[in-house]
Amino acid sequence: MKSGSLRNAFSGARSSLVALGSSIGGIFIALIICAGLLLITGKDPLRAYSKILETGLDGQKLLEMLKRATPLMLSATAVAVGFKLNLFNIGVEGQYLFAALIAAEMGTHVSLPAPVHVAFILLVAMVAGAAWASIAALLKVVRGVNEVISTIMLNFIALSFIQWLFENFFRDDSDGGLNVKTTVLARSARMPDLVAGRLNAMFLVALLVVAVYWVVIFKSRFGFQLRASGLNPNAARTSGIPAKRMAVTALLISGSIAGLVAMPYVLGEAFAYGPNATPTQLGFAGIAVALLGRNHPVGIIGAALLFGFLDSTSAELQLSGVPSSIVKVIQAIIVLTVVIVNEASMRMFNKRTAERTAAKLKTASFPI
Amino acid sequence: MTLGNKLNSADAMGSKSWAVELRGISKRFPGVIANHDVELSVERASIHAIVGENGAGKSTLMKILYGLHQPDEGTITVNGVEHRFRSPGDAIASGIGMVHQHFMLADNLTVLENIILGFEPTRRGVLALGEARRSVSKIAASVGTNIDLDLKVSELGVGQRQRVEILKVLYRGANILILDEPTAVLVPQEVDELFINLRQLVTQGATVLFISHKLDEVLAVSDRITVMRHGTTVATVVPSEVDRLTLAELMVGSDLPAPTARVIAIGKNERLVVRDLTLIVEGKKSPVQNVSFAVYEGEIVGIAGVEGNGQFELCAAILGLEKSTGVVEVCGRDMTHSSTRERLDAGIAYIPFDRHREGLMLNSSLWENALLGREERFSHALLINRSAAKQACREIIERFDVMTPSETVPAFVLSGGNQQKLVVGRSLSVGPSVLIAAHPTRGIDVGAQAAIWDEIRIARDNGMAVLLVSADLEEILALSDRILIIFDGRISAELAPEDADPQILGTFMTGGRVSLLTMVKPAVGVSAAQDL
Amino acid sequence: MMLRIVALFAKYRFAVLVIVPLSLMSGVRLWTGQDPLTSSDTVGSALRLAVPILLAGMAGLWAERCGVLNIGIEGMMILGTWFGGWGAWQFGAWAGLAFAVVGGMLGGLIHAVATVRFNIDQVISGVVLNLFAFFGVRYLSDLVFVGQQGGGVSQSPPQRSVISRVDVPFLSGGQVGGWKSPNILGWLEQRRWFLLGDIGGIGRGLTSNLSWASVIAVTLVPISAWILWRTRLGLRLRSSGESPHTAESLGVNVIRLRYFGLVVSGGFAGLAGGTLAIVASSYYRQGQTAGRGFIGLATMIFGNWRPSGVLAGAMLFGYAEGVKLVAAKSIPALFLFISIAALLLVIVAGVRKKRVRMLSLLTIFVLSGMAYLTVKTVPESLTQSVPYVVTLIILATTNQKLRAPAMAGVPYRRGDPH
Repeated sequence: MKSGSLRNAFSGARSSLVALGSSIGGIFIALIICAGLLLITGKDPLRAYSKILETGLDGQKLLEMLKRATPLMLSATAVAVGFKLNLFNIGVEGQYLFAALIAAEMGTHVSLPAPVHVAFILLVAMVAGAAWASIAALLKVVRGVNEVISTIMLNFIALSFIQWLFENFFRDDSDGGLNVKTTVLARSARMPDLVAGRLNAMFLVALLVVAVYWVVIFKSRFGFQLRASGLNPNAARTSGIPAKRMAVTALLISGSIAGLVAMPYVLGEAFAYGPNATPTQLGFAGIAVALLGRNHPVGIIGAALLFGFLDSTSAELQLSGVPSSIVKVIQAIIVLTVVIVNEASMRMFNKRTAERTAAKLKTASFPI
Repeated sequence: MTLGNKLNSADAMGSKSWAVELRGISKRFPGVIANHDVELSVERASIHAIVGENGAGKSTLMKILYGLHQPDEGTITVNGVEHRFRSPGDAIASGIGMVHQHFMLADNLTVLENIILGFEPTRRGVLALGEARRSVSKIAASVGTNIDLDLKVSELGVGQRQRVEILKVLYRGANILILDEPTAVLVPQEVDELFINLRQLVTQGATVLFISHKLDEVLAVSDRITVMRHGTTVATVVPSEVDRLTLAELMVGSDLPAPTARVIAIGKNERLVVRDLTLIVEGKKSPVQNVSFAVYEGEIVGIAGVEGNGQFELCAAILGLEKSTGVVEVCGRDMTHSSTRERLDAGIAYIPFDRHREGLMLNSSLWENALLGREERFSHALLINRSAAKQACREIIERFDVMTPSETVPAFVLSGGNQQKLVVGRSLSVGPSVLIAAHPTRGIDVGAQAAIWDEIRIARDNGMAVLLVSADLEEILALSDRILIIFDGRISAELAPEDADPQILGTFMTGGRVSLLTMVKPAVGVSAAQDL
Repeated sequence: MMLRIVALFAKYRFAVLVIVPLSLMSGVRLWTGQDPLTSSDTVGSALRLAVPILLAGMAGLWAERCGVLNIGIEGMMILGTWFGGWGAWQFGAWAGLAFAVVGGMLGGLIHAVATVRFNIDQVISGVVLNLFAFFGVRYLSDLVFVGQQGGGVSQSPPQRSVISRVDVPFLSGGQVGGWKSPNILGWLEQRRWFLLGDIGGIGRGLTSNLSWASVIAVTLVPISAWILWRTRLGLRLRSSGESPHTAESLGVNVIRLRYFGLVVSGGFAGLAGGTLAIVASSYYRQGQTAGRGFIGLATMIFGNWRPSGVLAGAMLFGYAEGVKLVAAKSIPALFLFISIAALLLVIVAGVRKKRVRMLSLLTIFVLSGMAYLTVKTVPESLTQSVPYVVTLIILATTNQKLRAPAMAGVPYRRGDPH
């Protein structure tokens, strides 16, 4: 199966403005579409929207927005690294859950001073995530298996494997068996809070990861080679960039970032891994955030904040009579609409640029 | 060669019945005027050629006639009836059929399926395959073709695919055939066969319009020739009243550049050595088998061959993009087990066959494209030095006369010719020891082509070893100091340019053998390329 | 000499492909005493489990044949389960199936608009569609099922009527006008003879307690094949996937055909979901699809983008799941079968000099053999992953003659320079 390549905005402020403008425009269109859907199903869109705004803009709620945005930023960055090489790492879901289990368990087997202990767990998580991703990477470069299918399969295999590992080896029943999870981590293994009980320092770690992503992908030599391999794989290969090595490296990096996705919960809330304690679906949410943010660091942060904002209001929405799942539906429609609007506007913008340049140079701008 | 009935004057009209008449056709695209004030009259049951350089507007005009584009002004009259073609379907209904330069065939469908697609015989929606088979076989027989209808197109050779395209057109009842550069991928002998087929069609009453830039063929086979330049028709002549040089002049509007004489002698050092190079391929015949040759400093070795005989794979093997056995030496160092990057660092630069597929990142800026392959030169530690990279790109733009507002525009805004200049400039600016140039002037106009040829010659004169791979015999003859011919994955001959005329080249390129003593020039054919 | 034997096999390929594995399976059954391997219970379950996968695979096939990747099959199936559950609850089982098809078509239409009209990346559209469907049906359940008896936010009230099951007369003792006909296959099965006993078991599994939905699903396979290869519509649709620009230049309306193909694809996926909610179960339940949409994709790839291949692949996966479900004790015996089969294929690959294939088959032989010798019961949590692992193994080891429609996955725009 071939996969169409994603458009990357070329270096130029004007195109970034167009991208930003079309994203915002897309969001508005999506909100209108959602309002329509709400109306059709008998709910009042204005009431729903105002409730969302009302709840979300509350001071404490904003902290929750940041908290929810943290794993999304990490997940989206993981996905974005793959996207830059035209690789779809849909396997973030399996990678982060696997990493969460392994890291939580390993964290209980060592005894280290506080900052080192946390760093150790983070490292284990990254290695575990990369390890799970390496299966898909190897399948791709050695046997040419398309990573879309293989990572989807590996997600399900991961769920199964994790369940087996957890139930047979890592489960801690000393609690009385109600809230099953791994052995709770010691004090030294916990990530300090930024705002007590509401926002964990993993938020800063996530921002750091996004920043490193920006520097590496857009400014470094490796990042250039990675992007080139995604923009034109043949041209990159022909100029000596090793395609297979790039693919493996990208997937491993993606997997290691994915490994951090559940750390806010493992190190900041439940202090363990558990089927109920560790939320699922964050991998797919990350894909949505990466798409919305167009794989750009600023976009990713913005999109993560938007989704975090919407998520933080879901509980209150449910209480006021609007099904909370509408939040997720809104998110899905936003992503789809923005992707469509972006595609259309970039195409139009590129056409105009070509025309303008051709007129300036008075040459034919495409083959006759 | 003797032709059938001929016109006495190029402008004879009056009571002649024209198959096609185009009057006052104009077509504009955003930023460019493709056609303006085109006047064309094609006599029924004749072969009418349209010549012009790249960008003269020939293809656009034919696409208008075929309904792929709508003209902004002007009229189209077919067999005396004025038409407005809104789609190819309309043109087909009027009896016009087009055989494209780049074949439009679905590789995984069978020959029969490709021929009947869009015009299928059906019984209430169900394909009447027996009926289809019968009618296609009949048409094939009438044109003298014999192809297995159940083969997948992917299994056919180039000449056979062209015949499938012609059958497609005839199956739809076309009696006016448009052929766009039909001989671009054919060897002189296949060209002769094609022209015989076309004559057969014409004697059965069909009209043939064909676009070409190969003047010798056009002079040999057509009844009338229309020259186009800068989007409009410049003149219509009869072959007997015009010669190649006049025709070329009409095409370009000025004199052709004269070939430059060789100034410096070939050096002694072997810059690129290839020994027994064979591509490793599982299960089928290797596209490159036991190829051996050497390129010395200060010489241009031209590898001539019809596309598809292993040139692409040969370059891939030399660059290390595909696994192979044998030896590859660059500047005396054995690079057989080195990666592509190592070979490039050892002194090879490569101008790829297809600039869009293998050369450029169209959505990226020019300076980023110029950076590709040379990232190490422009990075401090691990980060890219943007200003240095941009400066280097500006230098390429200036030296190679790339028409662009700046180095930060995306590559897709450039015209094909300027894109190619950038690619060529990128390769030459690293100062390689060995330049592998594959189709370096594909798809660009004569002016840019001459400029690039000059650059290559200058590089050669300064000691660079150049391996030129091209299916364009004109290019091979213009540049090479030594000519190798590749056929079916092997080097079948080595010639000096003086000994190579299109007949001999064509023979070797199709696997034949020629004894230089008993050369026989067939009656139908192209004349020797004397005016290089 | 070996070459000649293999060449002989190639000539009677179909017969060989059926008789050899069957004999091997029969031998393994007798050797290990594990009758459930080919019992009618197992095979019947296999068929039931194969149906949704088959339909999902056909959904993928219709989409890719017209040129569009459909990763959103899972989402369209989810829509199918929901609309099927709702329709069956409101009107009855058959109506439910109809609604399921429509629900899936709706998903197909959305995918078509996004990818054909707006040309966004086909994988992205599929992934987003999955998300949209997953949460969308939850929202709809909240609106419609909550408060109803037996219903809630994650399930629908039970269906009003069921789709009947039937036994084929003469072969499996079906009723013919009130008279219970002889059960030939059942008789054979009980004898447990070599080869004949297995034929009896397998045959009976395929012809008894047969849901009409399964019959419909399997019939759709040759119908699809006939449409795609023997009608004008099918040829034009396939050309839209192989070479859309060529097709367009010949007057084929590629855009319209892609819309059509995707709506049909959605319909198949919706039907798949419908069978899950109405036949395999009696109500809609959240998570009912459990990744089968993706297994369907894998089946399509395994089946070489041909309907017959999709059917074979679906039966294979269905069988794997069936064994796991009703014949879990026979799993070790299954390992033995796989092991020996791999050994035979190693020999074939060796004769054909395909080294990579030999190596991978050898690994399977060894691993499977070890599994047979050491594993007694496979834990439930791991058996869940069997279809996915099998898919991965198949993808990793069979890559040569796979031929997807040439332009599947590449966005198409009318009039693009090409």
